[in-house]
Amino acid sequence: MKHLIPEFEKLRERFPTGFESSLVLPCVRRIQEDRGYVADTDIVELAQYLGIPQIQIEEVLSFYTMFRRKPIGRWHLQFCHNVSCSMNGAENILAHVERRLGIKPGETTPDGRFTLSHAECLGSCGTAPMMMVNQAYHENLTPATVDALLEELK
Amino acid sequence: MAGRQLLMTFPVTATSHSLAEYLARGGYVALAKTLREMKPQDVVKEVAASGLQGRGGASFEVGRKWQVVQYDDGHPHYLIANADEGEPGTFKDRWILENNPHVLLESMLIASYALNVRNCFVYIRGEFDLPYRRLAGAVEEAYAAGYFGRNVLGTDFACDIVVYRGAGAYVAGEASGLIASLEGKKSYPRNRPPRLTVRGLYQQPTVVNNVESLSNVAGIVLHGAAAFRTVGTAKSPGTRLISISGHINRPGVYEVECGYPWMKFLEEDCGGVPGARPIKCVVPGGVSSKVLTGAEIKELVLSHEALWDAGSTMGSGGMIVIAEGTCMVSLLQVILRFYHHESCGQCTPCRHGTGWMHRIIDRIVAGGGMPDDIDRLYYVSKFNDGTTICGLGDAAGYACTGILDKFRDEFEYYIEHKRSKYGGSLECLKSS
Ligand SMILES: Cc1cc2nc3c(=O)[nH]c(=O)nc-3n(C[C@H](O)[C@H](O)[C@H](O)COP(=O)(O)O)c2cc1C
Ligand code: SF4
Ligand code: FES
Repeated sequence: MKHLIPEFEKLRERFPTGFESSLVLPCVRRIQEDRGYVADTDIVELAQYLGIPQIQIEEVLSFYTMFRRKPIGRWHLQFCHNVSCSMNGAENILAHVERRLGIKPGETTPDGRFTLSHAECLGSCGTAPMMMVNQAYHENLTPATVDALLEELK
Repeated sequence: MAGRQLLMTFPVTATSHSLAEYLARGGYVALAKTLREMKPQDVVKEVAASGLQGRGGASFEVGRKWQVVQYDDGHPHYLIANADEGEPGTFKDRWILENNPHVLLESMLIASYALNVRNCFVYIRGEFDLPYRRLAGAVEEAYAAGYFGRNVLGTDFACDIVVYRGAGAYVAGEASGLIASLEGKKSYPRNRPPRLTVRGLYQQPTVVNNVESLSNVAGIVLHGAAAFRTVGTAKSPGTRLISISGHINRPGVYEVECGYPWMKFLEEDCGGVPGARPIKCVVPGGVSSKVLTGAEIKELVLSHEALWDAGSTMGSGGMIVIAEGTCMVSLLQVILRFYHHESCGQCTPCRHGTGWMHRIIDRIVAGGGMPDDIDRLYYVSKFNDGTTICGLGDAAGYACTGILDKFRDEFEYYIEHKRSKYGGSLECLKSS
């Protein structure tokens, strides 16, 4: 984590004084972008850097769905299975991808290329069904567009 | 077009979100007018006089919330735009963030001036990518042009803004949960009183408003409350951004003048239901609002009062159209799974209640439902109502009883025959 401290210093300048605790979410997010997950050492170092209790960071990591403490596949496919996506065929698309990759939500392909997850409504209901691939939204999915996309993701 | 428009007033292009084009549309004139001609109290009065209601879910009047803040109480004040947009079916704030971020920023500057706010924040849901990039880009543009920082437009007014990204929690959209999250903690909502306008972010007076609520402020200040009130109805001044999805030919975000006929909106503006199927029911404003049947909405207009009278609410503006032939048991399963997944677990009735409801509906769908399961769902829903810290626990119950009240026979059929009356399908194929 330590090599990110110059970035964190810049971030800190944008917040009012006394807002150190607020830096937990943005710093954790940046650490995860950098390493792929948040390691135990990151927690210790970030707590020290911000002067906040380690337990706060651990709670944040376990509370929010976007944070993780273990590595996952290179491409994280997150399928929305909320109301509007379900009403527009999300289940079929997901079943198609499960067959193609041979994994279920919560699993990673043995080559470490894909991790599959469910997600709740991602604010894309008008362009359902949809999934997130890492941070990007892919909308109006069909089996054909999903197939083409999976080919591209090496 | 669904009546007159106040926010979607320009054609969206690849560059229409830029500062240059916002200025060309008359942007930041309202800010200049405010700083030059208006006292902070005048702004609060004008917004109160406009009758603008919150667009985040509860439809509470914006001006009344602002009036609680004591301008000169010696405390730092904070303003937060709620861009968490997590209510299933809702994707309308995204339209503003992607296509007109400066109207939000200008409005927040005006609000900050009115409420004596030195630091304001936009709390944006963690998964939003393009909306975040557009908003962050607009913030940079606005700083470079001197709208933020010290001596805004050469006056004594100073204001800074931070765009804060959430990390995936529906409950972080609840105003006090949001504040906990913005303090870098898990987003546990907290009991009121004290109100957030008294003790909010870091224990200081804080105003939390939805993105769309705030985005109306620039126009209200520029043209006056009276002009705003000429749009919409007496009890629902202005317009609502409605994001519509589900079984509808032209899903998307529409700006609807309050008082506009509901069926006209669905049929003419949104192109009706695929295959011209009849409407079974509609989720009016996010899954937390009670469904209304096709028959119930026939004569209704889209206004807060009309929906309240009908026993529901415009809520978050997230409308979902459900065609005849859809299995309501499967639909309720999706909804109850969602609430169970999103309960933060602080309150016993919500933690256990949402889990219990989820298990019951799973059991019914799996063919193991018991005859008294419907009553059990009612029991748990009622038990949640009013006994929890935040609205999530209540909402789970409303969504559930809203569907049971109107489609009880489908649940009875499912339990008795161990299968759906409608093949368990939620889909309505566009070609059918
Ligand atoms: C569980 C829950 C989730 C909520 N999510 C949102 C949200 O994503 N966006 C929003 O603006 N308001 C949301 N709200 C409503 C907020 O608590 C708050 O009322 C609103 O942001 C106030 O803004 P307004 O008065 O301008 O509508 C949510 C409320 C609850 C109970
Ligand atoms: S009602 Fe549910 S989500 Fe809201 S605070 Fe209580 S446990 Fe958490
Ligand atoms: S239901 Fe899938 S994005 Fe909203």
